[in-house]
Amino acid sequence: MVNLVWLLLLLVGIITAALSGKIDQVTVSALEAAELGIAVAIQLMGVMSLWMGIMYIAEKAGMVQALAKFSSPLIRRLFPSLKENSPAFGPIVMNLCANILGLGNAATPFGLKAMQELQKENPKKDTASQAMITFLALNTSCITIVPASIIAVRMKAGSISPTEIIGTTIFATSCAMTAAIFVDYLFRKRHGL
Amino acid sequence: MSVITEVSRWIIPFFLFFIPLYAYWRKVPVYETFVIGAENGFKTAVKIIPFLIGILVSIRVFVDSGALEIIINFCRPFFIRFGWDPDILGIIPLAIMRPLSGSGALGVATQLIDQYGPDSFMGRLASTLQGSTDTTFFVLAVYFGSVGITKHRYALKVGLLADAVGLAASIWIVSKVFG
Repeated sequence: MVNLVWLLLLLVGIITAALSGKIDQVTVSALEAAELGIAVAIQLMGVMSLWMGIMYIAEKAGMVQALAKFSSPLIRRLFPSLKENSPAFGPIVMNLCANILGLGNAATPFGLKAMQELQKENPKKDTASQAMITFLALNTSCITIVPASIIAVRMKAGSISPTEIIGTTIFATSCAMTAAIFVDYLFRKRHGL
Repeated sequence: MSVITEVSRWIIPFFLFFIPLYAYWRKVPVYETFVIGAENGFKTAVKIIPFLIGILVSIRVFVDSGALEIIINFCRPFFIRFGWDPDILGIIPLAIMRPLSGSGALGVATQLIDQYGPDSFMGRLASTLQGSTDTTFFVLAVYFGSVGITKHRYALKVGLLADAVGLAASIWIVSKVFG
């Protein structure tokens, strides 16, 4: 499905540009986006190195394992295919916490670390495991208490109450997260646990 | 709300202080351990580059070509036929952009907020929607790519369905609270 979406985005974009006489734009956009990819990766390299370094210290000191052990039974019930003391729970909880607090920069390294741990327990290395899909569903629909960037945009636009959308955001994101958990559960049932 | 903002401000310095201190007390060679972990982080960042570039290029070509506006104009009559308030149609570019690209969506949201005003219905709706979901497509590609997963199974469907629910919930709650 990702292959098809990727191809469609690219082809529809090029055909539209060609039909509207903006074919030069395709070249500019493609090259700029490729450069942006490197820029994002370089920015991530620093942040990732820092957090994975700190994370490894926490792991060696037994803190990640402790977090995994104490992580709420609720989170563990969402991942029935993982072992009860799976090392993946630590980074999963850290990632969700960072997301909830709106710390996007810190969330990505924990998320990628969680994927590495989940991959170790994955029997088919080229195929997404159920736990991975559940994790990504939670990750992309995760509740954010402080949507910092949008509050900044509202402030700059001269809003009389930049933070008034926090309540509605928490509501909408809670609905999305509930839906993600529910839909994921249905798919998991259908594909056999 | 200020409590939460304070927590966000203090949490990272707290981790940077507490984790190495506690580890040192547990006799972990903190500096060497940090370097080993950091190397793994660096390698992961390098490993996701091809996925980043692949995703960014196709999304950017699609967005810059103006295909999005054409799709929205195409959808417009359907929405009007379903009895939707034509005002809400302005949110569609953001709804489509949100799962594709974080910076792209923030750009669209900023433009909507500037155009309609931050305290208008549309401004509040754009803010809520922007804050409530993540870039599903992007996260999927990069996270799966980083560990070499090529078969994503039903992951994209779950993510996009959740995004659709987030959109519907945003429209409903903003109409209810501020309407």
